[in-house]
Amino acid sequence: MAGMCESCKKEAATFHLTNLTREGQKEEQHLCEGCAIEQGLIQVQKPAYAHEVLENFMKSAKGDAASMANAVCETCGISYLEFRNQGLLGCPDDYDVFREMLLPLLERAHEATHHTGKAPRSLGTGRTSQQQIQQLKRKLADAVAAEDYERAAELRDRIDKLEL
Amino acid sequence: MSASLEDVIRNRCEWLRGEGPLSEIVISTRIRLARNIRGFPFLPRADADLRAQVADTVETTIRRTDLLADYLHLSIDELDDLDRRVLVERQLISRQHAEGSGTRRVAFDPGGSCSLMINEEDHVRVQVMRSGMQLDAAWEQINAVDDALDAKLDFAYHAQFGYLTACPTNVGTGIRVSVMLHLPALRITNELDKVGQAAKDMKLAIRGLWGEGTEALGDFFQISNQITLGRSEEELIDDFHRTVIPQIVEYEQQARQALTAKRLHALDDKVYRAMGGLQSARLMSSTEAMQCLSHLRMGLNIGRIKTIDLNTVNDLFIQTQPGHLQKLHGGRLNGEQRSIARAALIRSKLHQN
Ligand SMILES: [Zn+2]
Ligand SMILES: [Zn+2]
Repeated sequence: MAGMCESCKKEAATFHLTNLTREGQKEEQHLCEGCAIEQGLIQVQKPAYAHEVLENFMKSAKGDAASMANAVCETCGISYLEFRNQGLLGCPDDYDVFREMLLPLLERAHEATHHTGKAPRSLGTGRTSQQQIQQLKRKLADAVAAEDYERAAELRDRIDKLEL
Repeated sequence: MSASLEDVIRNRCEWLRGEGPLSEIVISTRIRLARNIRGFPFLPRADADLRAQVADTVETTIRRTDLLADYLHLSIDELDDLDRRVLVERQLISRQHAEGSGTRRVAFDPGGSCSLMINEEDHVRVQVMRSGMQLDAAWEQINAVDDALDAKLDFAYHAQFGYLTACPTNVGTGIRVSVMLHLPALRITNELDKVGQAAKDMKLAIRGLWGEGTEALGDFFQISNQITLGRSEEELIDDFHRTVIPQIVEYEQQARQALTAKRLHALDDKVYRAMGGLQSARLMSSTEAMQCLSHLRMGLNIGRIKTIDLNTVNDLFIQTQPGHLQKLHGGRLNGEQRSIARAALIRSKLHQN
């Protein structure tokens, strides 16, 4: 049902909305992106960036080698194919079981493959001072670029303390 | 069962207090953390029994944690749709949590600034809401709640990938920072694309907010991060603080100033039509109410209207939502009855001033 936009009748309708009328009846609306934005019915921008990446990733499943598609997590029983179809993993172990296939996805969605930030307290201080230093150095570079020298000096002090 | 819920709806939402830095434009700030418990599958692979075990484990932990001891607990799957709707309108639970299936619960503090969704997409999603631009305070509070849970629960955590989540788009910090903005002038001047660009430059998502069904209403926009891996919580929060939000706030202020200086009649027309509609209408849909309240709020903020209290307007945003409206009325209403009740409520509140 690739219908036309009800509003401009020129573009293909890509937004399908279900509204409630005053009588509580469901009413369908089919609009193109431009008209939906114009009417304020959808976000100004495209949907969540990371989700877009995930959706593209799910759609491109055909390119996978058969061996990948057949990979199965022994802990929860989910297959790689099932993950790709639903976009949700089955258990924490899947991050290791499907590691090779997940890395490119994470790279695209987050532009990174390693966590920095908080960690459970049982793992020690939370984050290593190395991580903290890296982070502060990035902030320092930003502060210098923004010519915020007061903040830069403060960051410099914090880095010095950690590097001791 | 929901005697506590009846009290809740009569309180002002913490995040709608209209206080805090930049509160003329920044309605509220919110931070969410997604966590899962080691030893359990993620929810898509959890059967009813496991879901119940997860829920009991989390709920017991909350009840035994000093910091969270006075939280109210509700079983979402046992509530009727009106009660669920009220919780969604207050942002205590997500729409997904309201509409999901199986054992799902929520616990929240009596003031409604912190809630823990149990068995939403992840085992636990903690969120903290503040009015105005208060990300640091929100982070401090949610970090403390997370620490308290961490002391009793073994969260699924990976040396490389950080906190593990059912969806890989949340892995790492599991954090979602959201800032809700009121941008009526940018909408009138047709410059919302600037906001979109500012958000896009920082890889942030922007979406409309509030409303029935899937429609987004009024001039409210929510900006949130999409990247959760490779950047620390503080760095992500910093982006909002130092870059994106000040920039968008400035755009909106400029648009308001430009309207005031050059198109005062156009501006006043919006404001006074909104006021007239709100004070006179006999039937008012939630869409129309949101739009009129939005323009009225702008009129108050830039000093065009001085006879109405901002808190009255802030309260009406939530009281005119379908769930709250029906709860305040004391029972279910059909669409037309809701429009009548909404118009009457607004008239009475605005005339009290
Ligand atoms: Zn169109
Ligand atoms: Zn698994």
